[in-house]
Amino acid sequence: MIYQGKQKIWADYQKEIPDDHWFYVRSCIRQNFFPASEVTMLKIFREMLGKDMYETPHHTTCGGIAYHNECIPQETQMAIIARQFALMTEAGYENYTCSCITSFGLYCETIETWHEMPEVLERTRENLWKACRREFNIPKYLAHTSDLVFKFRKEIGALAKYRLVNKDTGEPLRVVEHIGCHYAKMFPSKGVGGAEYPYVLVGMAEEWGGNVIDYPERRHCCGFGFRQYLVRANRGYSVSNTHKKFESMEPFHPDFIVTNCPGCPYFLDRWQYVIAEQTGKTYGGNGQGIPVLTYEEMAGLVLGLDPWDIGMQVHQIAVEPLLDKIGIEYDESKKYEGTGGKPLPEPEFPAAIRCC
Amino acid sequence: MAKDNVVVIGGGPCGIEVSRNLRDMGYTPILLEQQSELGGHLRQWDRLFPEGVDARKVLKELTSDLRGVKWFTDATIDSIKKSRKGYTVNVDSGMTFESKAVILTTGFKLFPAEKKEEYGYNIYERVITNADLEEYFRTRKDSRIQDPKTIGFVHCVGSRDEKACNRQCSKVCCATAVKQASEIKELFPEATVYCFYMDLRMFGRSYEDMYLNAQKKYGVRFIRGRVSEVSEDIDGKLFVKAEDTLLGKPMKMKMDLLVLMTGIIPGESTAQYSEMLGIERGEDGFFAPKDTILEPCRTKDAGLFIAGTCTGPKTLPETLSEARATAIQVHNFLSK
Amino acid sequence: MIDFGYSLSKSNALKIENLDDSRFKALHKLEPDAYKCIGCGSCTASCSAGVFTELSLRKTLLSLQRGEGKGYIDQLQSCMLCGKCMLVCPRGINTRHLILSICKIYSVEQ
Repeated sequence: MIYQGKQKIWADYQKEIPDDHWFYVRSCIRQNFFPASEVTMLKIFREMLGKDMYETPHHTTCGGIAYHNECIPQETQMAIIARQFALMTEAGYENYTCSCITSFGLYCETIETWHEMPEVLERTRENLWKACRREFNIPKYLAHTSDLVFKFRKEIGALAKYRLVNKDTGEPLRVVEHIGCHYAKMFPSKGVGGAEYPYVLVGMAEEWGGNVIDYPERRHCCGFGFRQYLVRANRGYSVSNTHKKFESMEPFHPDFIVTNCPGCPYFLDRWQYVIAEQTGKTYGGNGQGIPVLTYEEMAGLVLGLDPWDIGMQVHQIAVEPLLDKIGIEYDESKKYEGTGGKPLPEPEFPAAIRCC
Repeated sequence: MAKDNVVVIGGGPCGIEVSRNLRDMGYTPILLEQQSELGGHLRQWDRLFPEGVDARKVLKELTSDLRGVKWFTDATIDSIKKSRKGYTVNVDSGMTFESKAVILTTGFKLFPAEKKEEYGYNIYERVITNADLEEYFRTRKDSRIQDPKTIGFVHCVGSRDEKACNRQCSKVCCATAVKQASEIKELFPEATVYCFYMDLRMFGRSYEDMYLNAQKKYGVRFIRGRVSEVSEDIDGKLFVKAEDTLLGKPMKMKMDLLVLMTGIIPGESTAQYSEMLGIERGEDGFFAPKDTILEPCRTKDAGLFIAGTCTGPKTLPETLSEARATAIQVHNFLSK
Repeated sequence: MIDFGYSLSKSNALKIENLDDSRFKALHKLEPDAYKCIGCGSCTASCSAGVFTELSLRKTLLSLQRGEGKGYIDQLQSCMLCGKCMLVCPRGINTRHLILSICKIYSVEQ
């Protein structure tokens, strides 16, 4: 592998990301399945880096799930997005950042559509006015929160307590990075690093000491889609895609997977159990599977936040072996304690995959 | 004598042949070449299709008798000014030439393969281009080629490709691919060679025989389907994805070597001269002649001629024929 | 075993390095012109049996080269050896001999 070749391509796909003052919107999937991820990210940016990330309780979903499932037409979709932008305009911001990759792809798509077809933009303005009497401006900068973490990776690295290095052998951890399809495949110029060799997660992992693996099915979709898994009988198609990725990355012995889309870690984490039940095979070498992290969790771990505060206990694949490898201290007994003294319900242990 | 001067810009096979013919007709050609040697791309090739003639011999023949031709290498043109008398050509070395006619034989450039990011040129070691392979045939030195057992040729890299902003076909790469596939099979007889093509352009005399030979004698396997992506597996081998469109099934294969057939695109200077001299260019970026059928070497200016691959992809014999035709047209123009 | 209501799908991609082309090489020994086929489809188009059955000589030869061919070989039983394909083949392959050789190597009853 000629690393300089990749560096040349990364240099071609630079993206302008503003320093401060963003309007932040959350992700449906990420909030529900990785609840502490977004809290962690806001903590990192507001308290540790001192940035202004504004969030309003009035914001809604971007409508992506419904739109990609063909439950709502594009006009409705654009009106929903227009309302989000209206909230941003009313709060006095011009930098828009979203937590979900599908949202990011959808915002890019909508802004592009408005750019190419001004009559659609006019119609959307009318629709929004009729629906809720709001007006909006198109954001000046649109970034995904992984772009922001990427931009401040050096600052985070400077504050970091741990490095992505195996504490026993001193070797950098082998990281598999998985980029959400909607991040750069639709509009390669809007993603850091472009579509073929995205750099946003590579930059983070390498800055914090890890070694990123390039394996044949790196670009392959995890199989999330939206239509595929909605109907239960179709989920076999989704699982097969994830299975393909795991089969391809297995010879490289990755230590963990990091993703920036909220749906991807959900699938990559949960499908390992299904594959273990159906085929009897687990990946990762110790029968426990390969831990999957979101980039906020990776940042939080590296900065030394308590793993249970970051939400490691809701992962299906046990993250403890990874924490042990890095040397992060954690208290196993506090795993299901929950915040405010309210204990979390403990999960059942599956037969096919080891959880501890 | 100044009235006999004819400036020829570009010292590749076309420029050399134009100059020789003009000299034979009694003119003093001034041949200006940007690089340090005459010969253009012909210097980089090993053997020419369809018969496998040695490129070095051809180059030697072309440059063997340049008496009476004033040729200069390492010469970059600063400016060309047109007046009623003719053209004044200023070279960066300080030389200036006056000429009633100027012939542009500035040639072509090969498509930079790293632009097709999905093929991983300069990222995965075992991906090389057709030019790299010719260099290997000439020198037998390339660390990327280590006794390959499975070799693939990818046709149409950078040609017939909207994403690469090149709609045109580069004409000669199919014949080159078949030639190189046969040659590499001769060097590595145990290897299996695959050619991934969209269409096979075997238009010239004996090209079809070359194709038949590749199939029958060398057992080269032709797969109709374009390679979509290339990645590297843990053992360093390339993981290539394509579709066999004749069967209608996607294919995956591990290969030891992948050769990208990069196409012919307009040279760097084509745009510059077009600006400088007001020569029109086609949508594909090559010079557009006054009339593609009846006057393929003339431009709007009667004294300005264009010949060779700067007007579009061509084979070597076509280029040389065009050179000779242009020489006659220049002579007719200057004799008026 | 838990019944999830769905299962893994098999990939239909051809893995070329896994293919066993020993029989195709044996075919080449019997009929060297097997390598000359360009997949033009003239044989299939003129085939007498092809209008009534799934028989396609082009597909059969190509899939044998790719190491697959089970489904296609059985179709060869419909061939009447009429020779129309041989009349039209632009590469001059003796297609009747080719078909008989395929049947011999792949043990199909003719």
